[in-house]
Amino acid sequence: MQINTVPLLPEQASTFALQVDLLTLYLVAVSAFFTVLIVGLLIFFSVKYRRRSDADRPPQTVANLLLEVTWIVIPLALSFVMFIWGATIFFKMSSPPKEAIDVYVTGKQWMWKIQHINGHREINELHVPVGKPVRLTMTSEDVLHSFYIPAFRIKADVIPGSYSKMWFQATKPGKYHLFCAEYCGTKHSGMIGSIIVMEQSDYDAWLTNSKDSSLAEAGQKLFKTLGCASCHNADSGVRGPNLEGIYGRQTQVRLQDGNTLTNVTADERYLRESLLNPNAKVTEGFAPNMPTYQGLVTEEQILQLISYMKTLTPVVSSNTGNTNKVVPPPVAAPAPVQTNQAPKVDAKTTENKSSGSQAKSEPAK
Amino acid sequence: MSEHKEQENYLTAGFSLKSWLLTYDHKRIAILYLISIVTMFFIGGIFAALMRVELMTPQSDVFEPDNYNKLFTMHGIVMVFFFIIPAVPGVLGNFLLPLMIGAKDVAFPKLNLLSWYVYMVGATFTLYTIVSGGVDTGWTFYTPYSTSASQTHVVPVVLGLFITGFSSILTGLNFMVTVHRMRAPGLTWFRLPLMVWSLYATSIIQILGTPVIAVTLMMAGLEKIFRIGLFDPALGGDPVLFQHLFWFYSHPAVYIMIVPGMGVINEVVTCFSRRGIFGYRAIAFANVGFVIFSFVVWGHHMVVAGQSVYSALIFSILSYLVGIFSAIKVFNWTATMYKGSISFETPMLYVLGFQGLFLIGGLTGLFLAALGFDVHVHDTYFVVAHFHYVMVGGLVMAFMAGIHFWWPKITGKMYPELIAKFSMILVFAGFNFTFFPQFILGYLGMPRRYASYSEEFQVLNILSTAGGSVLGLGFLLTVLYMVWSLYFGKKVNANPWKATGLEWEHASSPPITENFHEIPVVTEDPYNYANRDFIKDFPKEVEVGA
Amino acid sequence: MHSSDHSAHHPALAHHFHDLHQQKDATWLAMWVFLATEIMFFGGLFLAYVVYRSSYPEAFAMASNRLNVPMGLGNTFVLILSSFTMAMSVYSAQVGKKGGTIVAWLILTLLLGSTFLVVKTFEYREKFEHHLVPGRHFDFYSHWEGHESAASHEGASASHETANKTSHEASASHEGASGKTKGVREVQIFFGLYFAMTGLHAFHMIIGAGLLIWLIVLALKGKFSAEYNSPVELVGLYWHFVDIVWIFLFPLLYLLGRHYHS
Repeated sequence: MQINTVPLLPEQASTFALQVDLLTLYLVAVSAFFTVLIVGLLIFFSVKYRRRSDADRPPQTVANLLLEVTWIVIPLALSFVMFIWGATIFFKMSSPPKEAIDVYVTGKQWMWKIQHINGHREINELHVPVGKPVRLTMTSEDVLHSFYIPAFRIKADVIPGSYSKMWFQATKPGKYHLFCAEYCGTKHSGMIGSIIVMEQSDYDAWLTNSKDSSLAEAGQKLFKTLGCASCHNADSGVRGPNLEGIYGRQTQVRLQDGNTLTNVTADERYLRESLLNPNAKVTEGFAPNMPTYQGLVTEEQILQLISYMKTLTPVVSSNTGNTNKVVPPPVAAPAPVQTNQAPKVDAKTTENKSSGSQAKSEPAK
Repeated sequence: MSEHKEQENYLTAGFSLKSWLLTYDHKRIAILYLISIVTMFFIGGIFAALMRVELMTPQSDVFEPDNYNKLFTMHGIVMVFFFIIPAVPGVLGNFLLPLMIGAKDVAFPKLNLLSWYVYMVGATFTLYTIVSGGVDTGWTFYTPYSTSASQTHVVPVVLGLFITGFSSILTGLNFMVTVHRMRAPGLTWFRLPLMVWSLYATSIIQILGTPVIAVTLMMAGLEKIFRIGLFDPALGGDPVLFQHLFWFYSHPAVYIMIVPGMGVINEVVTCFSRRGIFGYRAIAFANVGFVIFSFVVWGHHMVVAGQSVYSALIFSILSYLVGIFSAIKVFNWTATMYKGSISFETPMLYVLGFQGLFLIGGLTGLFLAALGFDVHVHDTYFVVAHFHYVMVGGLVMAFMAGIHFWWPKITGKMYPELIAKFSMILVFAGFNFTFFPQFILGYLGMPRRYASYSEEFQVLNILSTAGGSVLGLGFLLTVLYMVWSLYFGKKVNANPWKATGLEWEHASSPPITENFHEIPVVTEDPYNYANRDFIKDFPKEVEVGA
Repeated sequence: MHSSDHSAHHPALAHHFHDLHQQKDATWLAMWVFLATEIMFFGGLFLAYVVYRSSYPEAFAMASNRLNVPMGLGNTFVLILSSFTMAMSVYSAQVGKKGGTIVAWLILTLLLGSTFLVVKTFEYREKFEHHLVPGRHFDFYSHWEGHESAASHEGASASHETANKTSHEASASHEGASGKTKGVREVQIFFGLYFAMTGLHAFHMIIGAGLLIWLIVLALKGKFSAEYNSPVELVGLYWHFVDIVWIFLFPLLYLLGRHYHS
């Protein structure tokens, strides 16, 4: 029978899948209970009190406060369980573990462009290892998209001009659907791809195959070609802030209207804004004299630059500053001023050193 | 009222086209709306049918993806703005509101006619867009796609909806003032039929919500023309701001659609159960609850659109609170039938259908309010199925119940009962076959607005298309026998259902132009079936027809 | 037909109302409800303004420096004065003054309203000539004149121009981002909102002027009396509302951030 080919659940292939399915089970159970209750009553009343029946019809009570309160309170209690359960899962979905592998995603009509931390690039395919948390940082070059993996039960809208995050931990090797879930134009339904979950060893082999230079290296090249270093380095701290340990650092910034904000965390969004709209938030103590790089760099290059900035360890280790650094394998040592530090995909980086010519503006088609 | 039977009524007050197009009579304006919205319903329905044809196969083979995108966009726009929103207020509300409160007309009859013309102007722009090549943004017009990327006729359709919005606002304003100022002597707020409460609540939402969508669409249109940058991140704008503004209206709009339908249910369920409504005040206040809470849950449409975890939590919990008001109504309607004397004419069948389908629509709404669940099914067919269960399973079923129930009042003729029951079964069964599989499709992960899809989704899609054809047949049949009944239907007396309510007990069928020969004085609560003579000799006495 | 009317059949009483009192109640409520919809309508634009003002305070401050404060201020006084004359029209109608008095105040109001619109036209023309209308020809810096801090902006703008110029060469694919913005892109949002908000306001003024003409005709025909004057009162409400909108628009668009000099 063909009906047998219709499953009721998509495959469960991430740590979230089972959690979401259990919640669904609860939701279905509660709904089934009320559906059976109400429909059962409707049918029962329809039969028992059909006009021609001889059932007793005493004068009606037209209201009963106790009854009203009961059928407000019980459903409310049940739905509070739904709320808390759903919120708990959502909370987990929104808090990626620190040790997650970083992957950068750029949506574009109508394809997904993926950059791994070692510079490996893919289109409409994402290879990830099984059993390791993976964190996606996503943006769009044009319109809204949404990165959706049904087998993992997760999705996040991909929004031009900002970064959305999402994470998952795959539990089963295999190939899974990747869909664009936010309508994005003509080939919206063609903006699909695959998530390929591999055993760790296969994944390592696959990753090692890469000929690309690492993301941070590409970013470093870009950092030089764009001339960022002339203002942002340890010595010339007069013109621009020193970027060592910038990622995750809390800084005090001055807004355009002259007000200051303390404890602004330099996350991806902040760094992107500083690149494209430098004067929106100016680090306290510096003049607003950085030109905008709007239009000079592609979204993918911005991600490379950010990735590079993440590798810059601070001169003096600050308490919170580098905890956000993404370090699956331990960093060689928090050596000071490590502008050349290779990204953290340990062994593989050696292979990538050779190529690096594509660092500068390849408008990525 | 039988002595007035053969005398002039609002239908015989004039036969020229001018007497219809320039009428100030709320009942004639209701007929104008009826013709317009049914036309729009079938236009929207044709788009739906074409979509279902395309979706029978995984490949996009019948239509180019671009054309498919236009189909679902036009289906959404036509159905939402030109059918569902005006359906019950425009037709049943216009016809019944003055009759139910014992007034000669709405407070502003000329404004009422203007509303219909404004609606028609908006519809004209929209139809022009369809004819001239369509629009492909989805009915939600999400930016920056609609304002920057789409090459289709966004501006005329946005203008059309902007204009149509004022039709909705003016109707809401008119109804609100009518309820406040035009009630018959003795008709206190708690003696109002609950249909009036529903229309009143709807009016408030229309008044407060619709201007926001109007100005939002205006901004989107200006953005499209002048490239201001309001919603385009490439120009410094924020695309998500559009979503906030859009859903600030469009979530309350869901209640603009469904609340009047709920009003119909109150009237019909009491009449065919021969019982007073159970929990009158609870239902009345639930309407007020809808008004307040519908305006604070818009963010649940944007759970995965990058809002903060905390705002997602707040919107989630508020969504559960708004769900309670629906639950109150469903329980009370069920309790109303308890120990009643129930008969099963077509309107009652539609009410029973409504109860079942709206129940599923509402419960799956609770699913979607659970954040962890919503992340998975947001923008999938699960959502599509959910809102069709609420909109079609809820509002359209209620509209069908209402139009059958008041058809004898509106036209003076009875529809043919047997065939009506048959098409009700077609509609009910067809609907479930169409949309239930879509819940599963959505959970399996099929995103909405897909012209082509993975092969494993095909079986369920074929089921859905098959169901859709039955559903379409049911609607088509309904129009046919309704038109038939205009000519061949049995004539009815003033109150063929032996229902309570001023429109049944104090006005002829069809009513005279001024509605009542004498303005009635109200001395009792609504749905006072226990005090009616005819209730005493049931079960045998009450029969359909005159 | 109906027999229970208390008041005699006033010519202005519509057939479906019991009496003038009910009719007046209904029209008053309708006008207040209508004004509520208007608040929501303008509210959307004010919200957009607040969002972008807080996102781009500097650009908005710079842009607001390009508005003509003397004209705006003058218009504010004109409108406040017109509210006074409108109130006098309503008062004369309520106490049952002769048609001539009402007409005089109404005409005065109309003249003041028209003055506002004429001044607004000049302002728009100025913005048009300075290429401050959003769209292809928007150009914030080239036509900057007569402002004391222009020179310092010129310096800042120069660097922006270079940045943008290189960007043209660097990536043709990003025309959307920088191709059309000669200057700071966010100021265009300000002018977009400026035209949307003041344009919508001006549109309401034009409708108000039409209503005033209608009232003048009615007053000339002697329709108003101490017992029937709702149209004057209701148009008065509308007129005051439109004035109040301007009272918010003027400081938000013209004055806020005016002290800013970078």
